[in-house]
Amino acid sequence: MSSPLPLPASALVRDVRPAGALVIDIAGVTKLYRMGTETVHALRGVDLRIHRNEYLAIMGPSGSGKSTLMNMLGCLDTPTAGHYEFGGKNVATMDDDELAGIRNREIGFVFQTFNLLPRSDALHNVELPLIYAGIPKRERLDRAMQSLENVGLGERVHHRPNELSGGQRQRVAIARALVTRPSIILADEPTGNLDSKTGVEILALFEELYAQGNTLIVVTHEEDVARHARRIVRLRDGLVESDAPAQ
Amino acid sequence: MRQLYYELTESVRIAGAQIYANKLRSLLTALGVIIGIVAVTLMGTAINGIDAGVDRSLAGFGDDILYVSRAPWGNRFDWWKLRNRRGIRVEYVRAINEWIADQPNSALKVAVPYDQGFYHVTRGDNRLNNIMTIGTTDAYARTTRSDLLEGRFFSEFESQAGANVAVIGYDVASGLFPGESAVGQTVRVRDQNFKVLGVVSRQGSFLGAFSWDSMMVIPFGASRRFGRVNTDGDVQVQIDVKRLAEAKDELRGLMRRIRQLDPAAEDDFALNEVGTIRERIDPIKNGIALAGLFITGLALFVGAIGIMNITYVSVKERTKEIGTRKALGARRRTILLQFLIEAVAICLVGGVGGLALAAGLTQIVAVVAPSFPLVFSLGLVLTGLAVSVFTGIFSGFAPAWSASKLDPVVALRYE
Repeated sequence: MSSPLPLPASALVRDVRPAGALVIDIAGVTKLYRMGTETVHALRGVDLRIHRNEYLAIMGPSGSGKSTLMNMLGCLDTPTAGHYEFGGKNVATMDDDELAGIRNREIGFVFQTFNLLPRSDALHNVELPLIYAGIPKRERLDRAMQSLENVGLGERVHHRPNELSGGQRQRVAIARALVTRPSIILADEPTGNLDSKTGVEILALFEELYAQGNTLIVVTHEEDVARHARRIVRLRDGLVESDAPAQ
Repeated sequence: MRQLYYELTESVRIAGAQIYANKLRSLLTALGVIIGIVAVTLMGTAINGIDAGVDRSLAGFGDDILYVSRAPWGNRFDWWKLRNRRGIRVEYVRAINEWIADQPNSALKVAVPYDQGFYHVTRGDNRLNNIMTIGTTDAYARTTRSDLLEGRFFSEFESQAGANVAVIGYDVASGLFPGESAVGQTVRVRDQNFKVLGVVSRQGSFLGAFSWDSMMVIPFGASRRFGRVNTDGDVQVQIDVKRLAEAKDELRGLMRRIRQLDPAAEDDFALNEVGTIRERIDPIKNGIALAGLFITGLALFVGAIGIMNITYVSVKERTKEIGTRKALGARRRTILLQFLIEAVAICLVGGVGGLALAAGLTQIVAVVAPSFPLVFSLGLVLTGLAVSVFTGIFSGFAPAWSASKLDPVVALRYE
């Protein structure tokens, strides 16, 4: 096992915010894929409940179904069977447009590869979800500016991604995820493409966001990253192996 | 609705950025559309030009003239029926004009006789063969639309006297009197001298065919003296063109009285008008136009295929971006709209470029080959732009649709 990443100072105190309303209620969810003639059981009956103000890590080796679960949580995919409620609404029966709406308003994605639009500046990247939400231009720009300032990039709003460092790009992505004031932030290996120092900075930023009252779900295979969360859910072979507060 | 507007503006912004970022690729793609639009537009200008040319040629005849002839124009008339018909006599002209004078409210204006022959015209060593020579009265000047470049038409006196005077067309003048004025000079027709009174301004020929520029007009009496018995002459009656039906009725009635026909007998003459020619030409013209547009449309179709191809490539390249946009909340129709707009944008670039190029080419042709009919018009420009937009929608739809249907999970994994 590699030497652990140093935890940010605030985490040493490790305060846990009180949990709020139930956001995600998953019961008995299964997901099957057909790959040619094979059927892959990615999830075999997962139960998971996530409340507001939680900071959660989902861990598991490859093949454990953690990517599938993440796609489910992100409303990018729907379960084959089982019950999934997001904010009290039944997701499993939603059509494509409704799912897109939930993704737009309630979920903030942070990807391992940042997934920024290369030919747009930071400001435009961050305002994109608001365009899809039908927000007028003035308000869009205000909120996007604010979001970028919140992640410490107020000075670089007109930089293109290729003019930003890896850490800065991820910050732009985080600002983008926050701009719609979503119910949850869903991060897939957020430090995977960053060096360890920058990774620490990003995790410190997550800590700040948690302190500000956001709900964070981080999907990772790295223990060091998962340790920053307050609760760790471990998956194996499509089932929840353990679900406990982080030590 | 507001959402749609923002998505639209975002799509336009993206389209512009895409074209700008891939200049070479966009240019090559647009080139297909440019060539297609140039072909279709030039075809359109040619059709316009043919229209204008036909109109101009027919205008020389005058569309407010009724021609009293033995037979209807152009019909495959029963020849034996025709053979037995009496000729049109120029005495009718006087009768008609007297009648018109008595009827101040007639839809008929004036009648002129019209004799036609083909003669050789010489001046010194210069010679022009088979010049169509019209014999008519001074009133003829009122019936035709052509105006004189120089000189004058013959007067009533000269007309009644059948004087040996002539008004010649532009090409006749330049052929017999190169580099000098023809007015006041003498030409020889059938061993008779004719004094040139005036030259008609240039009409231009329609694709090198019939033109008023190679014609000559002499007084009716002079024409008669060439010894042609006027069995095939015409009487032309100028009418108030707004009262065409009424005029035809009046003239028909008048002619029947002049010819002393029984009420029960059918007409033994025909009233022709230029509209008849136009009616016969129109279907031919439309047929040519359609065929021409179809063929040049194929060129545009090839351009459209290029657009479709490039849009598919673009979708494939940006699969991950599409996944990201969907993850951020873009709906299917948003993605569809985005790629459609991108395709339309390239087509518009091609369309505008093609129209500009076609306009330039039209100018060049006008300078180099002025008799070739090409007419650019605003209608053509608007049609060209509309065609570009439609081509973009048509060719971009399939790839845009496939983009909109991408599974975001799969798309996000795409490397």
